[in-house]
Amino acid sequence: MGKTIAEKIFSNHANKDVKAGDIIIAKLDALMGQDGTSPLAIKVFEELGGTRVINPEKVLLVMDHSVPPPNEGVANLHKLMREFAEKYGTQITEFGEGVCHQVFMERGLATPGSLVIGADSHTCTYGALNCFSTGVGSSELAAAMYTGKLWFKVPSTVKININGKLPKGVVSKDIILYLVGYFKADGLTYKAIEFDGETIRDLSIDGRATITNMVVEMGAKAGIMPFDEKTKEFFKNIGIVINNGIEADKDAEYESIYNFDISNLEPQVALPHTVDNVYPISQIEKIKIHEAFIGTCTNGRLEDLRYAAQILKGKKVNKNVKLIITPASKRIYMQALKEGLIETFLNAGAVVTNPGCGPCVGTHQGVPADGENVISTANRNFKGRMGNNKALIHLASPLTVAASAIKGEITDPREFLD
Amino acid sequence: MILKGKAHKFGDDINTDYIISGKYKFKSLDFNEMSKHLFEDLDPEFYKKINPDDIIVAGKNFGCGSSREQAPLVIKYAGISLVIAKSFARIFYRNSINVGLPLLEADTDEIDNGDELEVDLFQGKIYNKTKNITILSKSTFPDIMVKILQAGGLVEYLKKEGDFKI
Repeated sequence: MGKTIAEKIFSNHANKDVKAGDIIIAKLDALMGQDGTSPLAIKVFEELGGTRVINPEKVLLVMDHSVPPPNEGVANLHKLMREFAEKYGTQITEFGEGVCHQVFMERGLATPGSLVIGADSHTCTYGALNCFSTGVGSSELAAAMYTGKLWFKVPSTVKININGKLPKGVVSKDIILYLVGYFKADGLTYKAIEFDGETIRDLSIDGRATITNMVVEMGAKAGIMPFDEKTKEFFKNIGIVINNGIEADKDAEYESIYNFDISNLEPQVALPHTVDNVYPISQIEKIKIHEAFIGTCTNGRLEDLRYAAQILKGKKVNKNVKLIITPASKRIYMQALKEGLIETFLNAGAVVTNPGCGPCVGTHQGVPADGENVISTANRNFKGRMGNNKALIHLASPLTVAASAIKGEITDPREFLD
Repeated sequence: MILKGKAHKFGDDINTDYIISGKYKFKSLDFNEMSKHLFEDLDPEFYKKINPDDIIVAGKNFGCGSSREQAPLVIKYAGISLVIAKSFARIFYRNSINVGLPLLEADTDEIDNGDELEVDLFQGKIYNKTKNITILSKSTFPDIMVKILQAGGLVEYLKKEGDFKI
């Protein structure tokens, strides 16, 4: 019987033939921790009596959830991370370098066929680059730094083929919101997902990363994109030569195969307070908006900022809306500056913040007021997520969020596109 | 392992943001302090209602959302002895075992808020004393999880074994 991509990657890292359901110990290629999870991992590493980190050059610690530090508690935790990185020789981000998942990919730490863990649930993002990456807790990050390994139950794989030409005003965020609405929050618990189909092949790496980023919102362990010329190009642009990826065998055994045709897909919106509460925009009644947020590990990449600028160019944000735009990394920020996107945002009346996670996780830089409606490009709309449990969070694509910011209510972006 | 306590009942899809809000986890590593904010966004008084060894009982997909290990830690530090749910999100499931917080998957429809429970963890047997019924869990732990749980968590397991062992 043939193997899925997940079975191949785990076989390569367990040094034996493994199949879905096997409990195995696998060698890890690279590790990630952010400032909400690394401090606890450091504490656990010390409790373990760790004296050296295995392959420290493949460990990246990221200060992104609260950066620059909004209070002394966070400042002290960042200091702890810096001291740890210095002592054990791990990588650590520059001040304000960006959101963990974007920076991890930009630094070339997630390569096709590799096995990556990160202490953040959205670590599944790197599957856009044809690797197996998954989120873990702080203790497992510590254990992985200590042993270079982790135990896994090899997941069974669900294949999702997406075909059809994306209609105008519909982007990859709409595809993944639609899928989360279809499968629901626990519909793919513990599964690996292999994505394929002509729509997927047409998407950029940015677009693919938006989809893999959110597979955990259906409970999945990983989402893996095919390897192709776009993957090669991504690595070429960061100075790494990669010629081969991992493909599933033709006779691989899938738990199930789903085929979706998105030719008639509309822009999608997730209503409060769960990510799977998704509706096509035409079915949503008028909802006034007080805050709009474009950014995050889901939608803060260059393509997303270009979408936002396409809508905001020459327009003004509604006077009742606070529009916050946060590039996902310094690299993206600088490219957006060169392309004039930042100027477009500022002229439209947006606040552009330094790269980071702030508003999405409610740590700083955009906490909504009581009773306010927020529309955001983030991946979660749980009650209290943005720091106020009396606010209501709606999730949508960068096009929809930008259009809504102009009109002051949830708006179909196709109104603004020729 | 026998656990006894009173049930606190929750619904489906209880996410880690509800267990402990992100605004607290980024500030500190003081779990005694953080545990006062357990379930604060759902019930600001919840912390005051907990007696030592009480049991959280929930519907499906408990612990979905972020990978924050602070979630099971805060539950443990608040004095909760066990979480029983119809199903768990996978990162939360692993995190709980790793910090030594026992979990059990079972049908929880027959358990109400305030019911007195007696649980044989490794037998997967829940005796609802209040209703005089026994509920059996259908799930079993992989051997490695039993060993981690018996050791008291991942740190103690690795200290004892020196490495992951299957």
